[in-house]
Amino acid sequence: MAETDVMIRLQSVTKQYAGTELPAVGDLSLDIERGEFVTLVGPSGCGKTTTLKMINRIIEPTSGKILIDGVDALSMPAHELRRSIGYVIQQIGLFPHRTIAQNVGTVPSLLGWEDSRIAERTDELIEVVGLEREMLDRYPSELSGGQQQRVGVARALAADPPVLLMDEPFGAVDPIVRGHLQQEFLELQRKLGKTVVFVTHDIDEAIRLGTRIAILNIGGVLEQYDTPTEILSNPANQFVEDFLGGERGLKRLGLLPISSADIVRGPVADRTSTAEDARAVMAEHEVDWIGVLDGDRLLGWVEASALDGADLSEVEPRPFAVSLTADASLREALDSVVTGHARTAVVVDREGKYRGMLDLEAISEEITE
Amino acid sequence: MNVLEQLIDFIMDPSTWTGPASFWTRLFEHLWVSVAATLIGIVLVFPLALYLGHTKRGSQAATAVVNVGRAVPSFGILAVAFLILVEFGAGVGTPWAVLVALIALAAPPVFTNTIAGIQSVDPATVEAARGMGLTGSQVLARIELPMAMPLVMEGIRIAFVQVIATATLGALVAWGGLGRYIIDGFAVRDNGQILFGALAVGLLAIAAEVGFSLIQRAVTPRGLRVAR
Repeated sequence: MAETDVMIRLQSVTKQYAGTELPAVGDLSLDIERGEFVTLVGPSGCGKTTTLKMINRIIEPTSGKILIDGVDALSMPAHELRRSIGYVIQQIGLFPHRTIAQNVGTVPSLLGWEDSRIAERTDELIEVVGLEREMLDRYPSELSGGQQQRVGVARALAADPPVLLMDEPFGAVDPIVRGHLQQEFLELQRKLGKTVVFVTHDIDEAIRLGTRIAILNIGGVLEQYDTPTEILSNPANQFVEDFLGGERGLKRLGLLPISSADIVRGPVADRTSTAEDARAVMAEHEVDWIGVLDGDRLLGWVEASALDGADLSEVEPRPFAVSLTADASLREALDSVVTGHARTAVVVDREGKYRGMLDLEAISEEITE
Repeated sequence: MNVLEQLIDFIMDPSTWTGPASFWTRLFEHLWVSVAATLIGIVLVFPLALYLGHTKRGSQAATAVVNVGRAVPSFGILAVAFLILVEFGAGVGTPWAVLVALIALAAPPVFTNTIAGIQSVDPATVEAARGMGLTGSQVLARIELPMAMPLVMEGIRIAFVQVIATATLGALVAWGGLGRYIIDGFAVRDNGQILFGALAVGLLAIAAEVGFSLIQRAVTPRGLRVAR
């Protein structure tokens, strides 16, 4: 990896509080590349929040070095460093005596932007985070928790910082809103390409959001630092395995797209086929049903027993409950296999043209791989 | 003649309202010494209270000290200040001893309320502000102080109302103020005059109380007034 690709580099960073024997974070080294979304995850006391807060020096490290885009973070005044780093915390911390517009415009105003430019930027951002412009004149106490955190994200993005630090940002909202916020933030991040460091205690959130996950143990010990799929397939040790919890295979399937598995043509025949041809296809695939194609569309499926004395064209096919596109996850495919009568997942392209099928075997190969 | 008739007599007496010792003179004396004592009290303790509240350092110890000071009666401070000032030839008939006693009375509520106001700001709000890149003094001036304003004004209100009620002590050292009606009334056994003085001080204190609650509302940032 070329040196210039590292956006944040922690070098032997240690935080030792006076009067405690063990450091909160001891000798932690970590490289985060430009544009990466790194989730820091671990049990309470693992120093994940301390680590995050040392990056913008809300907590000053006891020793070690932190480089941001090659520049020593300790070499400049803390407030100047922080103006170039977006910061979102769980408690949100909007300024209650300031309007939403003033909250969002905090950093631009510190940087001395002109009022018209700040207004333009706040207008733009409030829409980016999915809120109405009317909200700008309101006060934080007039907004719901989910709306407030959207404002929190907008405030952090205001001066377009290259780095975003997020400390359990979606931890205080209810699970449904959290799901929405996670999804929206992922989409936003894909557009903006920020380097994100994201602390969470929720391994599922870490898996869902991170391009890489750093799993920390008590005292800031880095147990594993890798992509979600790699960590799920090859946990480095017992600690990581325990922390990942049950359903590791399912979690991994949730990350893999259908396109990563072998899509086969499956037991299908054109609706003009004779009963004999259809039976031959079923025999070949050792199944008692057959998919009915009309050109490049899959109409549905027909049971073997329905073909007694009738050609395919004479039987009304039963539609498949679900058709998935290739970018859907294998977990969705598995769901479709176990809930559908035909024990298969139908894959179509964006226009709805038939692409093939996945059966249980093809999916489980991906789990055990 | 009962006390009400005596009061009415005193009010109807033209000399109550005119001349060098009129009600207006006494009112003015009373007000200026009260306002001055409160302002000086604020100036003396406000910066330290801001600093201690902002840094969260030593504020408990400081508050304890100030509260001990609170336990010393104004009357006692007045007496000591008077005796010292007499040595410098500035005791009898001057406002200085009473001013000292009133400053000591005004300072503690301003001090403790300012610290409490700043410390009542949600730590998450302060952390977010720091995280955005506000300097320490910007956090204090733009975040902590505006949000502490209602409590700060509350402290100033308590101080001012107490000072107004206590400024009557000025008459004890042969100075003016509305307390003169009470002291002089006792001296000449004029109950109407005593009652007049008591009512005047009481009404003034109430007026101060009401006036300040209006100011308090005005300085409460809008975002903090919005119903949750």
